[in-house]
Amino acid sequence: MDISASPSIADGPVYTHQTVRLDSGLDLECGVHLTPLEVAYCTYGTLSAARDNVILVCHALTGDQYLAERNPLTGKPGWWSRMVGPGLPIDTDRYFVVCSNVLGGCMGTTGPRSICAETGKAWDSEFPPITMHDIVAAQVKLIDHLGIDRLFAVIGGSMGGMQALTWAADFPERVFAAMPIATSPFHSAQNIAFNEVSRQAIFADPDWHDGHYRDFGAIPARGLGVARMMAHITYLSEEALSRKFGRRVRHDAATAVPASSSPSLFGEMFEVESYLRHQGSSFVRRFDANSYLTITRAMDYFDLAAEHDGDLANPFRKSHTRFCVVSFSSDWLFPTSQSRLLVRALNRAGANVSFVEIESDRGHDAFLLEEPDFDRTIRGFIAGAAEHAALKAGER
Amino acid sequence: MRVDQRLIAEMIAPRARVLDVGSGDGTLIDYLYRTRSCDARGIEIDMQNVTQSVAHGLPVMHGDADHDLADYPDDTFDYVVLQRTLQAVERPREVLRQMLRIGRHAIVSFPNFGHWRLRLQLLTTGQMPMTPVWNTPWYSTPNIHPCTIRDFLLLCEEEGYVIQQWLAIDEDGARAPWRRSIRLANLFGEQAMFLLKRAGH
Repeated sequence: MDISASPSIADGPVYTHQTVRLDSGLDLECGVHLTPLEVAYCTYGTLSAARDNVILVCHALTGDQYLAERNPLTGKPGWWSRMVGPGLPIDTDRYFVVCSNVLGGCMGTTGPRSICAETGKAWDSEFPPITMHDIVAAQVKLIDHLGIDRLFAVIGGSMGGMQALTWAADFPERVFAAMPIATSPFHSAQNIAFNEVSRQAIFADPDWHDGHYRDFGAIPARGLGVARMMAHITYLSEEALSRKFGRRVRHDAATAVPASSSPSLFGEMFEVESYLRHQGSSFVRRFDANSYLTITRAMDYFDLAAEHDGDLANPFRKSHTRFCVVSFSSDWLFPTSQSRLLVRALNRAGANVSFVEIESDRGHDAFLLEEPDFDRTIRGFIAGAAEHAALKAGER
Repeated sequence: MRVDQRLIAEMIAPRARVLDVGSGDGTLIDYLYRTRSCDARGIEIDMQNVTQSVAHGLPVMHGDADHDLADYPDDTFDYVVLQRTLQAVERPREVLRQMLRIGRHAIVSFPNFGHWRLRLQLLTTGQMPMTPVWNTPWYSTPNIHPCTIRDFLLLCEEEGYVIQQWLAIDEDGARAPWRRSIRLANLFGEQAMFLLKRAGH
């Protein structure tokens, strides 16, 4: 894996993220009291006087708080900048949009790279195990700190959808509307299996050093890169890969085989291989391996029904939250069948639920891409919910 | 809004909880929310219609009458509406049972297979009848369980449903004049609409 001289997360905190430090800390489900708790976040738009126009957007496994602005680490536009902004479906002219880096992350929120108060050293692989409830509890601390009582909406895709569901289950009175997108109420055996392969790739890297790679001035770039390459395949669909790359072979100077050399098994490189290698190498520059392990494990533990006597309807009974569940037809990582399971449970609970499966051939990642029907769905659901919440329209 | 949808809306009390099964483009639930302050939701089988409805801010989920009613708890709704769909579901009797389990009332409309034109066509041509209401050939019609008004009445009797209101409606959905005689309604009514409730309530 090529780790070039460009800025890397391994170089330490070069960037100052907007962060709130809460000395009261956080009680984790595992029993550990984490203190202090730092939560890095971004906000967009203006908080209304009544503090009733807040939309919390929850990011996915490897996302971050840079929702709608240039990411300082990668230099790329925010991961949902096509969805969040003035006049966009999540309209920052009207809503105060909050996005925070998840607990266990590596973009400023307390995580494996933070200093453990007891030892005075970074947690690294000693960071306590966390759950989706812990991740949401940390967001609650931020929302409390911002003086916000109730979220108008909580929206998230993939692992962000797990957080949206957890918010609605744990704090029904604080969530007016919830939009779980391309997600599931539990992590399936297949999901866990993929995560396990990712983790084993990291453990197998000689630079892993039992998770204390930073003490050795190393990062398990190879393992983390392979983990990302594998995971990235699960975010796409066969159609998307075929359309984007087919069986095309790269023909450029970097990969061309000199005419004089003998035939070689890997003399040519398929475009899809090159693409995945790029995905792997760019990922390791921005993501920490211990964070990856911590967060994937939190996803694996996620099973809302199991926590409520095996009935997924239980956490949503008497809920007044308006739900809009969205799935994508070609998403095989979080397939429509899992969304339907969720919808049925919400119906059993008598909750108000909309459910749309968006036709798309782009797999799980479709929620991040240009899908006009999806944009319309988000815009319409928010507008409908706002009408019911009697939010003052047109404060622009 | 179609005339028969207006007739349905007139049967529904303000601020009621309503489930429209087969909500189409969401016209009825939108109307019920805006003019009657109802908590109106929809189930729709056509994904384009679902997307359009949700994009208009309406609470609609993708699903169908045969499979998705069983999930709701008893008495979740005041009214459960099934427009022009009974003849196309897999198990009409079971769908009606579910409607009157999850709702206190059911409003059902369906095209009447007892209309004189259908009877006459079958008698004179010996072929499956085709009319403006029954306008798909037998091999491609989604209408797998056609019934007459009389058939429907017999089913209601068998199941112990109380008919609170019924009316015959014409092709365009307007109220037809056959209100007193079931026999005439069954002969001249192109469609029928029933407001039902469970017995003993």
